Amino acid sequence: MNNIVECKNLTKMFDTKKALDNVTLSISRGKIVGLLGPNASGKTTFIKLCNQLLTPTEGEIYIGGIKPGIETKNMISYLPEKNYLNDWMKVSDIIGFFEDFYADFNTKKAYDMLKSLEIGPNDKLKSMSKGTKEKVQLILVMSREAQLYLLDEPIGGVDPAARDYILDTILRNYNETATIVISTHLISDIEKILDEVIFIREGRIVLTKTVDEIREETGKSVDALFREVFKC
Amino acid sequence: MPWDIQTDRPIYIQLMEQIQLKICSGIYPPGSRLPSVRDLAQEASVNPNTMQRALAELEAAGLLYTNRTSGRFVTEDTEMIVHVKNKLAEKHVKDFLKKMTELGFNSDEVMSIISDIVETEEMKYE
Repeated sequence: MNNIVECKNLTKMFDTKKALDNVTLSISRGKIVGLLGPNASGKTTFIKLCNQLLTPTEGEIYIGGIKPGIETKNMISYLPEKNYLNDWMKVSDIIGFFEDFYADFNTKKAYDMLKSLEIGPNDKLKSMSKGTKEKVQLILVMSREAQLYLLDEPIGGVDPAARDYILDTILRNYNETATIVISTHLISDIEKILDEVIFIREGRIVLTKTVDEIREETGKSVDALFREVFKC
Repeated sequence: MPWDIQTDRPIYIQLMEQIQLKICSGIYPPGSRLPSVRDLAQEASVNPNTMQRALAELEAAGLLYTNRTSGRFVTEDTEMIVHVKNKLAEKHVKDFLKKMTELGFNSDEVMSIISDIVETEEMKYE
């Protein structure tokens, strides 16, 4: 099974609105993939379908060859776009929580990364800034040895220096057999670390290509091409 | 020499160029061992697959070789390195000449501008 994600004619409706419209797509293993599109283009819907947080209206989706369910939760490490950690928790509480939940959680790795940010085990989430919280969440997600990482807007709320730290963390923890899907509209910040991009608009796939193909064929950066394709 | 990656050209090609430059300038001497793909990728802030591709292309060209157990090395063939260095020089000079032609200089004028500037630069260091 070479493809970690495979979907055929995938459609998701919310009432009468099509959030995803007949998407057929495969994502192979060992790649860093950018899921790029403007607001409300279906990025989060796609990620939630991979996760079984949503179920398809029509069509099929497979993760590592099987339908999303309990088994695929072991394969996927997911960073939601929202902060979902409880504010009263200490760092050590959350790490205990992740240890209990995920057999593939690497506690040492998590503490090492937190230490490099000077975050201690007894620090409370309540006392952290928004950016620091985002970093903690990313560290938790990247400390799992998963096959598929789904990162929904991982760099949305942080300053450029913190973005560099986050991208560095992603690169450092990336294992060659795993795939990382990063959804964002901040393309220029992440395009250097991508293998492939998926452009999505109004629930439809507009383009899937490797980033160096885009640069070779168009002489443009992914960011420039995106601005052209999605010009308002 | 920091890595300088532009996003409007294929990144693997830029990585190849910059590794060649590091080899020619002696940052990676002949026969020396290169850092791991992962470390190089992190240093340049690029995807490890892209770095891998650049290294594989340089290996195919003979500038690097892999020793199965101990990693990737710069060729010991100093003649080849000189050849690459000359190629790079040729490219820079051609780019330069193209720009000077666009500015409207002919080759004699270009030569005299170069010798003037070389002279004043040399005086600075004397």
